[in-house]
Amino acid sequence: MTAFLTIIIVFFVAVAIWQMVKIFDLAQVGVSNSQIATDHDNKMNAYMMLAFLAFIYIITIVCFVKWGDLPLMSNSASEHGPEIDNLMIISMVLIFIVQTITQYLLHYFAYKYRGEKGKKALFYADNNTLEAIWTIIPVIVLAGLIIYGLFTWNSIMNVNEDDDPLVIELYAQQFNWKARYGGNDNTLGKANVRLINLDNANILGLDESDPNAQDDIIVSELHLPVGRPVLFKMRSQDVLHSAYMPHFRAQMNCVPGMITQFGFTPTVTTAEMRQTPEMLKKVANINNIRKEKSKDLVAKGEAALDPYEFNYLLLCNKICGKSHYNMQMDIIVETQEEYDAWIKEQKEFKNSLIK
Amino acid sequence: MSTHADTHAHDDDHGHHHKETFVTKYIFSQDHKMISKQYLITGTIMGVIGVLMSIMFRIQIAWPEEPNILFEALLGKWAPGGVMDADIYLALVTIHGTIMVFFLLTAGLSGTFSNLLIPLQIGARDMASGFLNMISYWLFFVSAIIMLISLFVEAGPAAAGWTIYPPLSALPMAQGGSGMGMTLWLVSMAIFIASSLLGSLNYIVTVINLRTKGMSMTRLPLTIWAFFVTAIIGVVSFPVLLSAALLLIMDRSFGTSFFLSDIFIQGEVLHYQGGSPVLFEHLFWFLGHPEVYIVILPAMGIVSEIMASNSRKPIFGYRAMIASILAIAFLSTIVWGHHMFISGMNPFLGSVFTFTTLLIAIPSAVKAFNWITTIWKGNIQMNTAMLFSIGFVSTFITGGLTGIILGDSALDINVHDTYFVIAHFHLVMGISALYGMFAGVYHWYPRMFGRMMNKNLGYIHFWVTAICAYGVFFPMHFIGMAGLPRRYYTNSNFPLFDDLANVNVVITVFAIIGAVFQLVFLYNFFGSMFFGKKAPQNPWRSTTLEWTAPVKHMHGNWPGEIPHVYRWAYDYSKPGHDVDFVPQNVPLKEGEEELQH
Repeated sequence: MTAFLTIIIVFFVAVAIWQMVKIFDLAQVGVSNSQIATDHDNKMNAYMMLAFLAFIYIITIVCFVKWGDLPLMSNSASEHGPEIDNLMIISMVLIFIVQTITQYLLHYFAYKYRGEKGKKALFYADNNTLEAIWTIIPVIVLAGLIIYGLFTWNSIMNVNEDDDPLVIELYAQQFNWKARYGGNDNTLGKANVRLINLDNANILGLDESDPNAQDDIIVSELHLPVGRPVLFKMRSQDVLHSAYMPHFRAQMNCVPGMITQFGFTPTVTTAEMRQTPEMLKKVANINNIRKEKSKDLVAKGEAALDPYEFNYLLLCNKICGKSHYNMQMDIIVETQEEYDAWIKEQKEFKNSLIK
Repeated sequence: MSTHADTHAHDDDHGHHHKETFVTKYIFSQDHKMISKQYLITGTIMGVIGVLMSIMFRIQIAWPEEPNILFEALLGKWAPGGVMDADIYLALVTIHGTIMVFFLLTAGLSGTFSNLLIPLQIGARDMASGFLNMISYWLFFVSAIIMLISLFVEAGPAAAGWTIYPPLSALPMAQGGSGMGMTLWLVSMAIFIASSLLGSLNYIVTVINLRTKGMSMTRLPLTIWAFFVTAIIGVVSFPVLLSAALLLIMDRSFGTSFFLSDIFIQGEVLHYQGGSPVLFEHLFWFLGHPEVYIVILPAMGIVSEIMASNSRKPIFGYRAMIASILAIAFLSTIVWGHHMFISGMNPFLGSVFTFTTLLIAIPSAVKAFNWITTIWKGNIQMNTAMLFSIGFVSTFITGGLTGIILGDSALDINVHDTYFVIAHFHLVMGISALYGMFAGVYHWYPRMFGRMMNKNLGYIHFWVTAICAYGVFFPMHFIGMAGLPRRYYTNSNFPLFDDLANVNVVITVFAIIGAVFQLVFLYNFFGSMFFGKKAPQNPWRSTTLEWTAPVKHMHGNWPGEIPHVYRWAYDYSKPGHDVDFVPQNVPLKEGEEELQH
């Protein structure tokens, strides 16, 4: 309803302005009505250019102050996270400088050199030195960025198997996530969607005869021990999905018919993250918003929203169908002891089958 | 000056005596000027539909799952009780993207201005093949109609995103829109590609063969260079999308497994084996990335021309501008992988594509600085077309700079498929190309319709649009960096994003205001056709050949002989001349040197 009212109001404002222009036009009859910009138009629009420059600067500042939660989403929670954040900050600073200068030049020139009758423009068609300057400077800057970027990319994507990473399969389907741990041997059993048998609850299509598969553990909440490298093997049973774990600066598509991978080391436990000042502030803010919303809901006779508690999240970030917007799984990062206690309670594959 | 002083005298006796009926003049016309108008008007109608869709899903994002009369009226069964359905949300997003990228900014922009300007600016009587040109438009028209028909099929239109990645797009059981809706989408696109190829071949041949005497390649206006190179990119890359579409049709209807393998859906294993969705992504983006340059290059050409003309100065660095167009065109064909850093392709390929992608920033920077230098010390005439051109440079810089982040594979990991991407590409190719198109319409309207558009309405249109464009897309960078994924029907299932809900409301309000003010443009555009002031022959005092032709359209463009060309297109404010522009068809004065370019 609000939206509809907004549209109506905007529409009437538009009609009003429209009419005003009409009047303005009619009043001008007989003066100069060629519809070509006059000195007066040049001057007015030149001042608008300055105002617009100010608008760009203001919207930039407002956005950074209000929503510029940099580095992204408070602090990163993985070992490679700070590398990405550093590169991000360097790129942002660079962009900020170039943006500020070029927008200034563009709009200021448009203001300064506005047309006037009798003025003649400078005939200035070429200057190889200038062209060379603004070819070479971007080359140097970009060379730096490319080299830094590639080093970062390589260090993130190279998984060192010697570190004995914890191997976990992320399994995507419309519209939920499952995770499979290798069990005591930390080795995932063979699997293929052709082996799925819903009758005996073999939901991920594990090879029931594979010895490695027997102790595999299938869960729908991801637990990770802090400080230990994790290697995710991604699989999808139906369409493309993308495993997006923004707090860990991690993302990889899940592709039916192939296994993709991404590795990282979580560095901050869920409990620690909840206690960081940024997160306390963010959660308090979110809970205020939810409280306000709940008031409206209760007034309408609906249930109030639950208060929010921070959890790391795995989101689906590749369009995958109707409920794409609600395909998520909580990630709990905990100490090794807590993790061990948790995993001990989970059912092994061989015991989870319905005989 | 040897422009034709009295144009009306030539109208009746120009010696062409075609029998023209209503059908051959307005419908199955082979005249490039009429075809260009047909493209423009069809594109505009498609654009209006695309914008309306975006307003609908923006309202859903800002006020999720609230009943809305607009939805009830427009979506019917897809909005029970006025609440938008999640399936139709994805369909709206998909068709919005398809319409805007292909129907408005490819056919609407390139089709309109390549057709109008190539013959007129190079001094040709018409396109190399008027017949192919006509076929090209009508194929485009048919594909547009099929796309619109797909909106009304039982299970809903295509809803797999405009990139239609399989398996989602291949399996009707994965999504309602992947049934008949997707079939029609593919058929429509196949016809669209045929249309685009016929058009492009025609443009290329015309530019190469039909230039008037004296019009060497280095005397061509930058508009023509841009259209020419755009056509070449189109011919190189569109067939690849056609092949992808055909293979997808095979997978969908004839049981092949090009893109599908190992699929278990709705309780059954499908027979597909051995294919790969990543292959489709490669084929799609081999067109998909050049496609954004197919969209932006014509706008760049238009803006270069308008900036020079309205600054009363030569375009700065004419040769560098051509070189950067060529460099962008070349690089555009070897960067597609930056859409696929996290698709599961080899990380080494990611490094290669990071390298080639960031290189594109170099020719882009050269162009931006050249535009800025062009207006430096000019005598800037603030016509509406000029405002949109300055706006183009502004949004192109703002949007282009964030490409440094997205093109960097390491950074892309975290912002891939978030609102950050939406902000980036809407500013750098959506809004910018749209500004280029608006600039072109305002500038060449007198040439197309023989009348002037109202400048005050134009000013209002520009300033409101400019503010709204930033208001919509600038904040999106920040919600994207906060991790908000795109294509979510609602974010209310993620309390983590609750603090971003108010940003989405701000964005939607700006979007609605911006969209409503496009009515000012439509009113000005259609109203001026009938009530606009009659245009003089060369209202903007430009140098290019199209302004030497009579105001009233005629077959063959010029009565009598085609003008010869003696100089480049940018002799504005040249020392030694009384007027501040010297048209291309004016011979060099004695002792005057043509600029070494």
